[in-house]
Amino acid sequence: MSTLSSEVGQALGLPRGFDVERIRQDFPVLKQTIHGKPLVYLDNAATAQKPRAVIDAIVKFYEVDCANIHRGVHELSQRSTAAYEETRSKVRRFLNARSNHEIIFVRGTTEGINLVTQTWGRANVKSGDEIIIAGLEHHSNIVPWQILCEQTGARLRIIPIDDRGDLLLDEYERLLGPRTRMVAIGHVSNALGTVNPVRRIVRMAHDAGALALIDGAQAVPHMQVDVTALDADFYAFSGHKLFGPTGIGVLYGKAELLDAMPPYQGGGDMIRTVTFEKTTYNDLPYKFEAGTPHIAGGIGLGAAVDYVTRLGIDKIAAYEHELLLYATEALERIPGLRIVGTAREKAAVLSFVMQGIHPHDIGTVLDHQGIAVRTGHHCAQPVMDRYHIPATTRASLAFYNTPAEIDALVAGLYKVKEVFDE
Amino acid sequence: MIDDLYQETILDHSKRPRNHHSLTDANRKAEGYNPLCGDKLKLYLKIDGDIVKDASFEGAGCAISTASASLMTESLKGKTREEAMRLIDKFHDLLTTDTPASRDLGKLVVFCGVRDYPARVKCATLAWHTLKSALSGSSETVTTE
Repeated sequence: MSTLSSEVGQALGLPRGFDVERIRQDFPVLKQTIHGKPLVYLDNAATAQKPRAVIDAIVKFYEVDCANIHRGVHELSQRSTAAYEETRSKVRRFLNARSNHEIIFVRGTTEGINLVTQTWGRANVKSGDEIIIAGLEHHSNIVPWQILCEQTGARLRIIPIDDRGDLLLDEYERLLGPRTRMVAIGHVSNALGTVNPVRRIVRMAHDAGALALIDGAQAVPHMQVDVTALDADFYAFSGHKLFGPTGIGVLYGKAELLDAMPPYQGGGDMIRTVTFEKTTYNDLPYKFEAGTPHIAGGIGLGAAVDYVTRLGIDKIAAYEHELLLYATEALERIPGLRIVGTAREKAAVLSFVMQGIHPHDIGTVLDHQGIAVRTGHHCAQPVMDRYHIPATTRASLAFYNTPAEIDALVAGLYKVKEVFDE
Repeated sequence: MIDDLYQETILDHSKRPRNHHSLTDANRKAEGYNPLCGDKLKLYLKIDGDIVKDASFEGAGCAISTASASLMTESLKGKTREEAMRLIDKFHDLLTTDTPASRDLGKLVVFCGVRDYPARVKCATLAWHTLKSALSGSSETVTTE
């Protein structure tokens, strides 16, 4: 497999200096067989696999440094605090945020968005106001806003998409108005792979006097994100899609906005003083971090950021783009297969349907050949409705995937046809 | 082996589902929904006295759910309400336990392979959840959750 992969890789003109076979050695989970076949993991948009460096960082925390943070004067507590806070600095550099105060640790993108809707939202959104999202959103960037609308009497407006999966920016322009309070948009669509022109979207929101939140769950693992250049007011992502642990994520917010927002949850660590008469809150970012956090997760996330930075996010993006082109061409050659989502700019996500064959049957037959894909609505039911399909099969790629694995997927799909075609 | 799941009878019924139409003189109807995959199914029954005289279904799903609905509607015809209810339990046991398949299941034993695919059990049971709802006269859409 390695020989084929590198031969094909050279023929494809995959970036030099990006040794996929060596990178794969960093991921213990990839070295296994499923139903007797080498694992081909193509479900990276759901969660990405973890490199040894991340696993080691978590183990080291529990074996050597385990203590609660921001509390004890003892050695272990100082070590764990330093390691946890070091991740904040790493994330700040990774996103090019101005200050560590702007990096709030949360459980993931979902909690980051809920934090904004329930603190900024409840304090600032009133009946008659409008929130704009896109027809591409993951449920995590739909439902929190719907809840806020129910609580406040605000109205949710949706930017439609065209048949390729691109946002209709003219329609967006028309939706913007004096009632718009917030524009909340996914940077990259998890279901279709569309890369949205978020810089332009943010600028248009600001011109209309609204704020902008970007759901970066699918963007951060695959492309350079600069929140300062983007000028987003909020930006959320999940650690586990960035090759880090589950249960840890980040909400970036502009300091002046976060400062003015009420706290999210009450508890330890988020306070300065507590009496039964009056409690004063801690400074940023701790005001939003009540209770003992996922310390091991935070430390693991730091190791993941280091790992990705070491590989080079630009190299990762270039490699994945070549792999996407290779995979797109290969899948399009399969009779009866149709790719759903053909946006002008795409991340390495291939959602597709096959004539007369249900995605769940495709998923089961592929699994039997060791190939892991996602089947279903991808937590984006409105996207499925837009295309009048109940579900798709989705192959989502990461930098450790190879052209040989795409070939295995294609062979797997021919096996699917063999089982189900007349 | 994948053939243990997709047995010939299942493939046949998924490609050429029997009783796959609406039933104008049905006196019991129910809808089922599997939120996991978005599959929807409409079940029609014509019950005369205590006997299921006719059964049909509409909706498109995966091979397992379509074949299950097709074979279910075939096996229901002529059964009493009581027998149909017992069949639901036996079918459920077939998918979720290791007990030997009941003889009453007839052709339905082809679904025994589903047992090894926990993620697919709900595909096979969607039609049966819907049947239970139709027999008990509930008008709400049942889900497999």
